[in-house]
Amino acid sequence: MPDVHSLVNEFVIKLKKRKIEGSKATAKLTVELLRSFISQQRLPHSNQAAALIDAVKAVGEKLIAANPVELAVGNVVRRVLHIIREEDLSLATAAVGGLSLAAESDDEDDIDRDDHPVLSATAVAAAARNALRPPSLQTLLEDIPHSAAAPHTSSSGGDSEGKSKSADKNSVTRKLKHNVIEAVNELIQEISTCHEQIAEQAVEHIHQNEVILTLGSSRTVMEFLCAAKEKKRSFRVFVAEGAPRYQGHALAKELAARGLQTTVITDSAVFAMISRVNMVIVRAHAVMANGGVIAPVGLNMVALAAQRHAVPFVVLAGVHKLCPLYPHNPEVLLNELKSPSELLDFGEFSDCLDFGSGTGSPLLHVVNPVFDYVPPNLVSLFITDTGGHNPSYVYRLIADYYSADDLVVRRKSAS
Amino acid sequence: MDPRRVPRTVIDPKVRQVGFFAPAGPPDPTSSSPPVLGISPSGNSLSPVMIPPPRHLSTELSRNIPIAAPRAADSSIHVGSYNPSEFLSPSATTDFSEDPLSPRLGRRGSSGNFTSSLPSGGFEMAVANQNNGVKLPTDVRDGGANMEVPKEKKPTGEKPLKEKTTKAERRAIQEAQRAAKAAAKGEGNKTSAAAGVNSANMGKPVKPVPQKKDNSLVAASEKKGGDRQPDKDRKKDVPHPRMQFDDENRVEKAKKRSVVKQTEARNRVELFRHLPQYEHGTRLSDLESKFFELDSVHPAVYKVGLRYLAGDISGGNARCIAMLQAFQESIKDYSTPPEKSLIRDLTTKINGYVSYLIECRPLSISMGNAIRFLKTSIAHLPLNLSETEAKTSLISDIDRFISEKIILADKVIVKHAVTKIRDGDVLLTYGSSSAVEMLLLHAHELGKQFRVVIVDSRPKLEGQKLLRRLVGKGISCTYTHINAVSYVMHEVTRVFLGASSVLSNGTVYSRVGTACVAMVAHQFHVPVLICCEAYKFHERVQLDSICSNELGMKSYLWIGLFVPKMAAYLASNFCGCYYILLQAILMRFQEFLVEWKSIFWMVGPVVRIYDP
Repeated sequence: MPDVHSLVNEFVIKLKKRKIEGSKATAKLTVELLRSFISQQRLPHSNQAAALIDAVKAVGEKLIAANPVELAVGNVVRRVLHIIREEDLSLATAAVGGLSLAAESDDEDDIDRDDHPVLSATAVAAAARNALRPPSLQTLLEDIPHSAAAPHTSSSGGDSEGKSKSADKNSVTRKLKHNVIEAVNELIQEISTCHEQIAEQAVEHIHQNEVILTLGSSRTVMEFLCAAKEKKRSFRVFVAEGAPRYQGHALAKELAARGLQTTVITDSAVFAMISRVNMVIVRAHAVMANGGVIAPVGLNMVALAAQRHAVPFVVLAGVHKLCPLYPHNPEVLLNELKSPSELLDFGEFSDCLDFGSGTGSPLLHVVNPVFDYVPPNLVSLFITDTGGHNPSYVYRLIADYYSADDLVVRRKSAS
Repeated sequence: MDPRRVPRTVIDPKVRQVGFFAPAGPPDPTSSSPPVLGISPSGNSLSPVMIPPPRHLSTELSRNIPIAAPRAADSSIHVGSYNPSEFLSPSATTDFSEDPLSPRLGRRGSSGNFTSSLPSGGFEMAVANQNNGVKLPTDVRDGGANMEVPKEKKPTGEKPLKEKTTKAERRAIQEAQRAAKAAAKGEGNKTSAAAGVNSANMGKPVKPVPQKKDNSLVAASEKKGGDRQPDKDRKKDVPHPRMQFDDENRVEKAKKRSVVKQTEARNRVELFRHLPQYEHGTRLSDLESKFFELDSVHPAVYKVGLRYLAGDISGGNARCIAMLQAFQESIKDYSTPPEKSLIRDLTTKINGYVSYLIECRPLSISMGNAIRFLKTSIAHLPLNLSETEAKTSLISDIDRFISEKIILADKVIVKHAVTKIRDGDVLLTYGSSSAVEMLLLHAHELGKQFRVVIVDSRPKLEGQKLLRRLVGKGISCTYTHINAVSYVMHEVTRVFLGASSVLSNGTVYSRVGTACVAMVAHQFHVPVLICCEAYKFHERVQLDSICSNELGMKSYLWIGLFVPKMAAYLASNFCGCYYILLQAILMRFQEFLVEWKSIFWMVGPVVRIYDP
C-alpha cells in the first residue's frame, strides 16, 4: 500500500512540475499507475465495485488536480472507471445468468444462448445503460438485441465475456479485480498502439502528388505520413516549424530521412502556403465533447487559413485524447503559459523587464501559451484509432468510451 | 554599366512593350510620367511600377525655384504638419490612391502648367536623340571622362542590340507613319515626329523609340482628340512581367552581367523556381573586398547595396530613403562626360545603380516608385540648365520626395490614425513597421492610455526591436509569437499593420505573417488598420503570395536568431536542407490574403554539410 501511495505522489509531483510531456506518455503512465493501484487495492467483500470506483476516483482526483490542463489524465481515469463499471455489470449479469442457467446447461462457451433466458434480469441493467447512451452504429447494423449488445460495446467486452462465464465457479471477489486488470491491460495496449492503428488509415486519405501541411512535431503525424510513404505514395510535406519550440525542425529532419520531400516554412508563412496545400494533417492535444480540439499553439491560425482556402483540416487523435468535457472558454481555462524565456532572451531584456518596478506593474508582458482551441466547425475530420469521424460524431464516441456517471470525476469525489 | 543591361536583356521581348508606353502621352499631354516610362529600360523590369505623377504643385515648384528647394522643402514639412496638412493630407492621399489605381481614366485634375513644358520637353528629347546618335562613336572611342559607362557595355551589348534595333525600327517607322498621317490631317508639328524617326534609325534602340513615339503620338492625339486612346492606354497599363527565374536562358544572361555573384542555392524549392534562390554569406565578403575596385557603381550606392545585402537596412521607408540619399551622393559627384547629355547619361547611370541594387536585394515597390520619380525628374530637367543647376535641382527634387512622400506622408498617417486610438484600447501590431511605431509613440505622447500587443515571428524577430523601443518610451507592451495570436486576440480592440505596398486589386503586400494576423483579427471581429504611405501604392495585381515574392536568405533561419546552442543544433542537423525565405504576404483588404517575407526551407533527402 505505501508503495502505491508513494508511486502516486511521485507521479503527481511529476505532473505538477510538467516533467511529463505529451498526452500519450501521460496517458500511458497514468493507466499503468492505476493498474498497479488497483492490483494492490484490498477490496471489501460486499459492494466491491463501488469501493474500487471510489478509490480510483480519489486517486484520479489527485492526478487531475496535479495538471488540470493535461486532459489525458482525466480521460484515462474515466476510462478505468468505466471499465470497472462494465466489469461489475457483466459479472452481475453472469452471476444472475449463471443462477438461472445452472439447471439448464453447463455449456460455458455458448454465450448467446445464455443471454436469452437471462433477459428478465439483464434487461433491467441494459435498459438503464441504454438510457445513458443511444444505440451506436454497430448495434444498428448488427442484428443483435440491445440487451446483448450493450455489454459488448465496451472495449473489454469480448474478453470479459469469456471470463465472466467462469465467474459462477470462482469467487466473485477476486474475479472483479482480475477482470478489471485484464481490461486495463488492454487499455494500455490500445494506447501504445494507437498511432499504428491511425497510421494504417493513411493510405485512405493521402493520394499521389498530394501536398500536405503540418505544424510542429508529433509522432502520430510522422507515422501517419510515413505509412503513406511506405505504401509507395509520393507526396510533399510542408512543415511549419511551430514557434516557440520549433519542433517542426525535428519532424522535418525525420521525414526527410525517410525520403519524403519536405519543406520547412515559418509559421508566418502558413497563410501564403496554404493555398498550395491539399490537406492539413495535425495532431491534437485533446478532443473535446463538442468536437472542438485543444491543439498545440498556432493551429487555430492554421485551421482558419485552411478554412479560408477550403483545405481539409484533419486531426489525428488517439482515443485516449477524447475528453468527455465540454470546453468553456478553452483558450484561457484549458491553456497553460510557458516560460517567456522561449521567446525573449532575458539577458537582453532584463532592463526592460525591470522598468515597471516603480509602478508595481511591469511594462513588459510576455505571453507564451501552449495550446490553441480549434472550434469544431474548423475541423473536417478526426482520424482516431477506431476510424475517421466527423466532429459532430464525437459525442457518440464519448458515449461509447465513458460512462455518464464519471464525467465529473472531481466534483463527485470531492463531495 | 554591366548591370544596366541585365534588366534589358531580361525583358528582351519587352522592347515592343516599351513602344506601347508611348501612348501614355495622349490621354493627357500634360502628364509628366509617360516619357520617363519609355526612357528607362530597366525601369520596366525593376518593378512595373507606376509612380504617381508628382504633385503638380511640387513639380511646379521645382521648376521654378530649383535651387532654393531643399531648404524650402524641409521647412515646408514643418509648416505642413500643422495646418496645411489638414488640407493637404486628404488631398494627398486621395490624389495618390486614385492615380495609380485608375490611370486609364486619365488624370483629370492636371493643371495647365505642364503644357508649357511640353514643347520644350519634346524638343529636349529630340536633342537627346541626336546626342544619342552621336553617342555610338563616343562609346567606341571610349572617352576617358566616363570610364564606367562605355567600357563594359561593349562586350555583350552590341549583338543583342542589333536585333532589337530592327524590331524597334520597324515599330518606329510604323508609328512615324501613323503619326505623319495624323499630322497631315491637321497641322502637326512634323518636326518632332521626324526627329523621332531619325533617331530611331540610329542605334540605341530602346530609348529613342518610345520618345519618338511619344512625340508623334502626342502630336497625333492633339489632332484626333484621342480616338484610340483607351486601347493604347490599357496596353500601356499592363505591367511588365517580372524576371522569372525558371527561365534558364534569361537567368544565364542575367548572371553574366551581375556584379554580385550570388551563389545559387543548391537545393532549390520546386514551388519557387520562378524566384531567385541564393545561398547566403558567400557574397558579402566578396563584395566587401571589391569595394575599392568598383568601377561602375558609385561608392555610396555600393555601400547601400552592401547594407541591403547584410540586412542592416530593412523596412520599405528606410531602404527607400537610403537609396535616394545614395543617389543624391552620386549625383553630387556626377559630371557629364563630354559630348553627352546629362539627361541621357545620368539616366543610364541610375539604371546601372538600380540593377546593382536589385542584385543585392530585390527592390521593394516603394523603391521602384522612387526610382520612377527620380527618372521623371531627370527627364524633365529643362535643357537650358547648366550642369550644376541641374544637379542641384535633382538633389532638391530627391530631398523633396523624401520629405513629402515619405516623411510628411508618415506624419499625415499618424495624424489620421491617432484619432482611431481611444483610451483603454489594446492595440496589436505585427513585426515592426515604422509608420505604426510612429503612430504608437505619437499616441503615447498625446497621453492616450493604451496597451500594445506586439506579435512577432521568425526569422527576423523585428518585433523585439520595436518592443525595446516602445518599452523604453514607457508604453506598456505584451510580447508574443505569431502562433499565439489567437490567444491574445480576445483582448485586442484594434490591429495596426504596416504594408510594403497596396496593389490595385485592393490587396496589401506586407511582411509575411501579416495575413495570418489580419485573418485571425477578422475572425475575432477586430478592426484591422493598415498604415501605408501613398507612394507605396502600385497598379500591379496579385492574387497570392507565391507568384511574386521575395525569398530571404535561408540562413536567416538560424543565424543570429537562435541562441547559440540552437544554431549549432540546426547547423549540425540541417546540413544541406532546402531553405527558402519567402519575404512577403499579400492580403485582400477584406478577405486577407498574400504576404511578403516568409521563410521556406526545404529539407530534402540530400544532405550536405553546412558550415556557418
